[in-house]
Amino acid sequence: MVKYTIKRLLQSLVTVLIVVTIVFLLMRMLPIENFFTEDQLMKYTEEQKHDALEAAGMLDSIPEQLVRYYGQLLHGDLGESRRIQSGQPVTAVIGQRFMVSMRIGVISLVISLIAGILLGILQTRHKDKLMDHIGTAYTIFVNAVPPLVSYSLILVFGSLVLGFPATYSTRNPGISSVLPVVCLALGSTAGYALWTRRYMVDEINKDYIKLARVKGMSTKSIMVKHVLRNAFVPLAQYLPASFLLTIGGSLLVERFFSVPGMGPLLTDAIGKYDTNVVQALVILYAALGIIGVFLGDILMMIIDPRITLTDKGGTR
Amino acid sequence: MEQKEVILSARDVEIQFSLRGKKLNAIRKCSLDLYKGETLAIVGESGSGKSVFTKSFVGMLDANGSITGGEIMFEGKDIAKYKTEREWLTIRGKKIAMVMQDPMTSLNPLKKIGKQIKESIELHQGLKGEAAKRAAIEMLEKVGIPNPEKRYNQYPHEFSGGMRQRVVIAIAVACRPDILICDEPTTALDVTIQAQILDLIRNLQKELQMTVIYITHDLGVVANVADRVAVMYAGQIVEYGLVNEIFYDAWHPYTWALLSALPQLGVKGEDLPTIEGTPPNLFNEIKGDAFAPRNKKALAIDFVKEPPFFEVSETHKAKTWYLDPRAPKIEQPPAVRMLREQMRERG
Repeated sequence: MVKYTIKRLLQSLVTVLIVVTIVFLLMRMLPIENFFTEDQLMKYTEEQKHDALEAAGMLDSIPEQLVRYYGQLLHGDLGESRRIQSGQPVTAVIGQRFMVSMRIGVISLVISLIAGILLGILQTRHKDKLMDHIGTAYTIFVNAVPPLVSYSLILVFGSLVLGFPATYSTRNPGISSVLPVVCLALGSTAGYALWTRRYMVDEINKDYIKLARVKGMSTKSIMVKHVLRNAFVPLAQYLPASFLLTIGGSLLVERFFSVPGMGPLLTDAIGKYDTNVVQALVILYAALGIIGVFLGDILMMIIDPRITLTDKGGTR
Repeated sequence: MEQKEVILSARDVEIQFSLRGKKLNAIRKCSLDLYKGETLAIVGESGSGKSVFTKSFVGMLDANGSITGGEIMFEGKDIAKYKTEREWLTIRGKKIAMVMQDPMTSLNPLKKIGKQIKESIELHQGLKGEAAKRAAIEMLEKVGIPNPEKRYNQYPHEFSGGMRQRVVIAIAVACRPDILICDEPTTALDVTIQAQILDLIRNLQKELQMTVIYITHDLGVVANVADRVAVMYAGQIVEYGLVNEIFYDAWHPYTWALLSALPQLGVKGEDLPTIEGTPPNLFNEIKGDAFAPRNKKALAIDFVKEPPFFEVSETHKAKTWYLDPRAPKIEQPPAVRMLREQMRERG
């Protein structure tokens, strides 16, 4: 187990390194004009531009830049933001935002997990009856209607009828997070309901449920003691990653409600050629993804005795 | 045969399944008396209804199936009328338990073996916690699993097929049922294990005074374990009797066909006899004797009127016109005569 963990960590490090390198190279392939703001492009003379690029080390050969970047990374230096919040360390730029995204994300994830699994259980218990159809209709609605349309509906209904703030405000983060949280939870609730129902129905049709029934267990205790637990296993694998990646926020929801979170940050940073921010974000997401998957594997091992993590023969 | 106490009595049971809007008559007026302490084997080909019939004794029919006629009397109550889960829970496991065919899938893969036995003990023996655990370990020992304390904490995937079937039996028997239904308990196991499992069930039956119903299409198993045999065809019992009476003096043409196909009676170099044709479509109403279309020596009346049961002996009855005094003289086929001669030779 320890050996396996270490091996897995080393693999992860290599993965992150490769990802960072690729992103680093991709960023260097963008037109260099992006380095400047429109203003700067208009005003700067060629010489000024050249000086600015040189000062930023952008005129060195790419291998040189890469080696320099690795060096910084080794010292734990992610650099400064140039355009998003110029002069600020990248860690500060990200730090301010990720708490906002994570708070909204975790709340909505918890809500959607509870609501989704409950809905899934209800659908399973009343399979092919009204409750099941309502759940299915909800799932189809959420998946078929473009998110912006359903977000707009929530926005209109939530702000005009129920009186919740239509935009996020840092002064009043509690109440103004309600609508973003609802929007975020909307889709994932449907997802969890769908998968819970699916896995539970799968389990119910298995032979061991018949044996449990014939030995005289009531449907209720079979549901709790056998079905739900077994149906949870395939869901569990993705939970840690889902939780960790809430840090990333949602581009759509955060733009829609003007939440100062992580969602829009990556695209903004790419658009503004803020290479250090982009690279830092990529490292963060890659690391979180990898850690999430690893925790998922460990969680699976804990709840499914058939799975053991060893370093013999493949990844599992 | 001494007079025996009837423990369960099914009368004219009819079971229908609705499939895509159509009604399938899986069991057509099937009657059966089960005697206390006996071992009854129900044989018949796939789809003859042997599983469905016995499943109806524990209310385990699939959701689209229901008992549409007849009665099943057990302990003075007609359990065919049971509808709710609460009613069935007074029977299931407690009074009538079941061992299913495939031990590989009959256990919850994520639960400790011991816990799964313990569940059953807690439900039916009124034991809790530590006491239930001890009873479960005892049960494991009783079904012949070495190292029961260690095995208690293991999971199904750490058990072989035969071991798992022992566990399934332990779960069923831990309920202390009066009747144990074994639905092809050895079909999924290899031959050497089969004998062990049959022995195990026989010993438990003796020890716990259970009545056992075997559902099987393996006549070898039948000869080994059964006191009585009921032969099912197309949703009906067509012949029943003591095991000797069925093996050595059968009268229903379907039983004849089954016996003739016994590999033991095959002649080297010749093909084994097969039963030609297919069982009737149970969606349609069946006229006359259901086996008539596949019976080369069927009588004219077989296609017109359903035969009643005729008595061969006090314990042996067959549902065929052949036994009607008015029927032309029909000889039992060579297979049945051979079997009888073999028996005589052996004494």
